[in-house]
Amino acid sequence: MNQMTCPKTGFSRRGFMIGIAGLTFAVAVGRERFGHAATEAPDIAGTPFNPWVSIAPSGEISIMAPATEMGQGSLTSLPLILAEELDADWSKVVIVPAPPIGKIYGNPSMFGAMLTAHSLSVQGYFTPLRTFGAQVRAVLLDNVAKHWNVPSAELSTEPSVVVHAKSGQRIGYGEIVAFAEIPAVAPAIKPEALKKPSDFRLIGHDVMRVELPTKVNGSAIYAIDVQVPGMIYGAILRSPVQGGAPDNIDDAAAKAVAGVIDVVRLPYGVGVLAKTPWAAFNAKSALESGVTWQRSGKAWGFDSDKGLDAFAADARDLQKPTVEWYKQGDTEAALAQAATRIEAEYRCHYAYHAQMEPLNAVASVSAAGDAAEVWCGTQYPTAAQAAAARALDIPAEKIKLNYTLLGGGFGRRGDYGEGWVVDAVLMAKSAQRPVPVKVMWTREDDVHNGHFRPITAHYLRAGLDASGKLIAYHQRLVGDRVLLSENPQFFRENHGRDYQLMGGIDLKYYDIPNQYGGQIPQDTGVRTAPLRGIGDIANKFVAEVFLDEVALMRSVDPMQFRLELLKNTPRGRKVLQRVAEMADWDRKRDNTALGCTFMVYNDTLIGGVAEVSVDHSTGQIKVHNFWCVVDCGIAVQPDNIVAQFEGGIVYGLGLALTEEISFRDGAVQQSNFYDYRVARMNGVPDIHVGVISTDNHPTGVGQMSVVVVAPAVNNAVARLTGVRLREPPMTPERVKKALG
Amino acid sequence: MAFPFQFTVNGSAVSVDAPADTPLLWVIREELKLTGTKFGCGVGLCGACVVHVDGKRAFSCQTQVSNVAGKEVTTIEGLSPDSSHPVQQAWLAERVPQCGYCQSGQIMSAADLLKRNPHPTRAEIVAQMSGHICRCGTYLRILRAIERAAREAPSNAQHVRAEP
Repeated sequence: MNQMTCPKTGFSRRGFMIGIAGLTFAVAVGRERFGHAATEAPDIAGTPFNPWVSIAPSGEISIMAPATEMGQGSLTSLPLILAEELDADWSKVVIVPAPPIGKIYGNPSMFGAMLTAHSLSVQGYFTPLRTFGAQVRAVLLDNVAKHWNVPSAELSTEPSVVVHAKSGQRIGYGEIVAFAEIPAVAPAIKPEALKKPSDFRLIGHDVMRVELPTKVNGSAIYAIDVQVPGMIYGAILRSPVQGGAPDNIDDAAAKAVAGVIDVVRLPYGVGVLAKTPWAAFNAKSALESGVTWQRSGKAWGFDSDKGLDAFAADARDLQKPTVEWYKQGDTEAALAQAATRIEAEYRCHYAYHAQMEPLNAVASVSAAGDAAEVWCGTQYPTAAQAAAARALDIPAEKIKLNYTLLGGGFGRRGDYGEGWVVDAVLMAKSAQRPVPVKVMWTREDDVHNGHFRPITAHYLRAGLDASGKLIAYHQRLVGDRVLLSENPQFFRENHGRDYQLMGGIDLKYYDIPNQYGGQIPQDTGVRTAPLRGIGDIANKFVAEVFLDEVALMRSVDPMQFRLELLKNTPRGRKVLQRVAEMADWDRKRDNTALGCTFMVYNDTLIGGVAEVSVDHSTGQIKVHNFWCVVDCGIAVQPDNIVAQFEGGIVYGLGLALTEEISFRDGAVQQSNFYDYRVARMNGVPDIHVGVISTDNHPTGVGQMSVVVVAPAVNNAVARLTGVRLREPPMTPERVKKALG
Repeated sequence: MAFPFQFTVNGSAVSVDAPADTPLLWVIREELKLTGTKFGCGVGLCGACVVHVDGKRAFSCQTQVSNVAGKEVTTIEGLSPDSSHPVQQAWLAERVPQCGYCQSGQIMSAADLLKRNPHPTRAEIVAQMSGHICRCGTYLRILRAIERAAREAPSNAQHVRAEP
C-alpha cells in the first residue's frame, strides 16, 4: 500500500468538519431502542442532523467515522464501506470522527448507542453505511443526468468520477458540487441495487489503516498526550475497596511536596492538583498514610478464593434454582434417560484489561461552572459526555467532548460511568477555573481500581444414549454480575439478561438436542466489566473442555467428535476441516500434543488448534504453535482480520496461562506488570491464521480469537499428560499440583 | 531542590528546571511536549517509554533527569524527520501497530538493536524485545518487521551514522 494514497484523518484537525463548503448529506442509522428498525432521516441538507458525507469542490470527500479507534481498525473500515458504494476515490477521502450524537451515529446493533464494543462495528453498520453511500452516489448520478440531459441509466461511475460511456463525457465528484441539487427525500436503494461482492473495489482489498502512519513516528495523539495551554495535573488516591469514601484526611505531607497546588476531597477519593505529574504522583503517595476510609460499599471483607469456593458449592447444589438463560428440549429428562452420564466442575478467575495507556482525561470547567470541555479516550463518547454532565450537574450539551485515539480499550473504556472522565471534570471544577487539568492514573491505580472480568464457577453434566450420541448438555453457572455494574441502562433494556456474564453459554450450532444453560447471579460488590471476549471466555472454555472430556471418555478423536456435532453447520465443518489441515492434525508429534476447539461467537465461526509441551519439573506449559481459522462472512479488510486474530490469540494466551486478579479483604492484591504477568514476545507461539471469506453478512473479529486459546491449550495438555486442568489460568503451580 | 539540567533532545539544546529525581519521561512529555514517548507502567517493565540516551536505549521512566545532564537524548520524534528510518519503514510494510500506544518504545528498542547488531538472530530479537509489552499482541509482526528492516536495509548502519 502506497502511503501517498492514504486518506487523512480528522484527528489532526481538531474539531469536526461540519458546514464546510460543498454538498452535505445526512442520514440517521442509529436506533434509539433495541429491536427497532433503522430509521432514515427524511431530510438531508438543511436539517439539524450532522452530515455523514461532505463533498468539497476540490473533490475531497469527508466521511464521518462513528466508531472510536483502539487498534481494531474501524476508523478505516467503516468509512471504507460507505466509500465503496459511493464509489469514492479512497485517496480523496478525509475521515472525520463523528460528534457524540447517538441518534445519528449510534450502532444499530448496540441499542443504538455510540459505543464501540462487542466486535459489532462492521456487523452493525455494514448495511446502513452501504445504503447511504449508494444514496449519495444516486443523487450525484441524477444531477449529472439532468445537467447533461442524458438518461441516468446510461451513467456509470469510476472512483470519484461519473462517466457517460456513449458520449465519452466524464465529470469528477467535486465538479458536480457546483450545480448539484439535493432532493428533499433521499433516494430509496433496494438491497439488490448494492454492489455485488465481486464488484468491490475497496471491501476485500487491504488498504493501509488511515491512522497507522501516525503510529510509527510518535505523532498519533492519545488522550494522555493532549496539551492545553496553562494545564496543570491531577492524581487521585482512591479507596482500596470499591465504594469506600474518604473519612479523615491528613494532607500535611502531601501539601509539603514542592509543586502541589491543592488537595481536594472527592466523593470516592482524595485528589491532588499540582504543577507537574511527578509532583502530583508524589503527593498522592504521601497521602496514603494520611487518609482513612469509610467502609461503605459491599466488597469490604471480600476474599476471592473463598468467594469462588462458595460459588462452586452453589453451582453443584442442585437444590439451588438457576435463572434460565436458554434451553432447548428437556435436558433433565434426557439426563435421566441417558445410558451414560458425565459431570465436571470448572472455575475461572478475575482478569484485568491491562490496556497500555492508563486511564486519563483532560478537562477545563468554565469559571461559572456551567460548561466544560473534555478530552478523553473512550469507547463510548455519548456516555463520556453524559458522565461529565452528571458530575457537574449541567446539561450534556454544555460539555464539548473531544475524543482521541485509544491506547487500548478491551472493554475497560466502555462502561457507562466513564470514571476517568468524571475524575478530570471534578478536579477541573476544584481548580482555579477555567484552568485545564490532566488527571492520570498510574499503572498501580489502574490495576487496584480495575473493572474485572468476573469470577465464575461452572457445574456441567452431559448424557449420552446407548449409541454414544450426546443427547443432553446442562450447565449451571454461578458468577458475579457484569452488565448491571457496567451499564444499568443496558441491563434494563435487555430485561435483566446479563449477556456480559452469560455470553457464549449456548451451543446451538452443535447437534445436541437437549441443552440448558442457567445462572445463579451473585453480587460481590467487586467492580466487573466486559473484557475482550466477555462471558464467552469462561463459557466457551468450559464447553469445549467438557466436550473433549466426553470425546475422550468415548475414545473418539476430539476433532472428529466436533465434526459430527457440526453436521447441521456446514460453514463450521469447513472451518474445522481447514484448521485441521493447517495443523496436520493426524500427524503424531514427539513430546508435544495438539488440542482443538470450535465455536460460533456472535455469528463468527472459529476453529483453533494448539500444540503444547509441558515441563513436568516446573509445570510450565509451552505453546509452540497456534492455528486458527475464521469465517466472518465478507472479509472487509483481510489483513486486519488476520492482525486482530493474531493479537487476540496473544491476549488469550495471557488469560489462559498467567493472568489472574485476586482479592483479600475487598482489595486487589496485584499492582503492576511484575505481579500481573501478560504475554511477551518470548512467550508467544508461531501463530497461523486462515481467513475464509464468504458472501455472508460480515461479522465481528475483534475479540473472537481470545476465546479459542484456553480450551485448545487445555485440551492439548490433557492429551499430552492425561491430566485435566479445571481452573485457568493454567499457571505452573496449578499444573504441577495437577500432575502430582 | 530543582536545578536547571542541560542536555540535548533530538539535536536541540534544552534546559529544564525540575527536581533531580524527576523521571526523564515526564520532562520529555509534559515539559518538552514530545508526547510520542509513552507512560505505561512507571517501573521499567513495559518499554513504552524507551528513548535513546547517548545512542543507547534507556527506559525514560527509570532515568532521572539529573542523569542525562550533558547527554544526547533521542526520542521517536527524532529517529527520522519523515518516518524514513528503516525500522519505521518496516513497521509500515508489516502493518505492525494496532492501538499503537507501545509502538514508539518498540521502534526505539528495535532501532537500538539494529544499530548494535545489524543482522540479529531471531533469539537476539526476542531477547531485546521481550522487555516490552504490546497488549494488542503485535509481537509476531514486530518480529517480522525487525527481520525485514535487517534484510532490506543495507543502508541501515549508514542511516544510523547519519543521525545527529
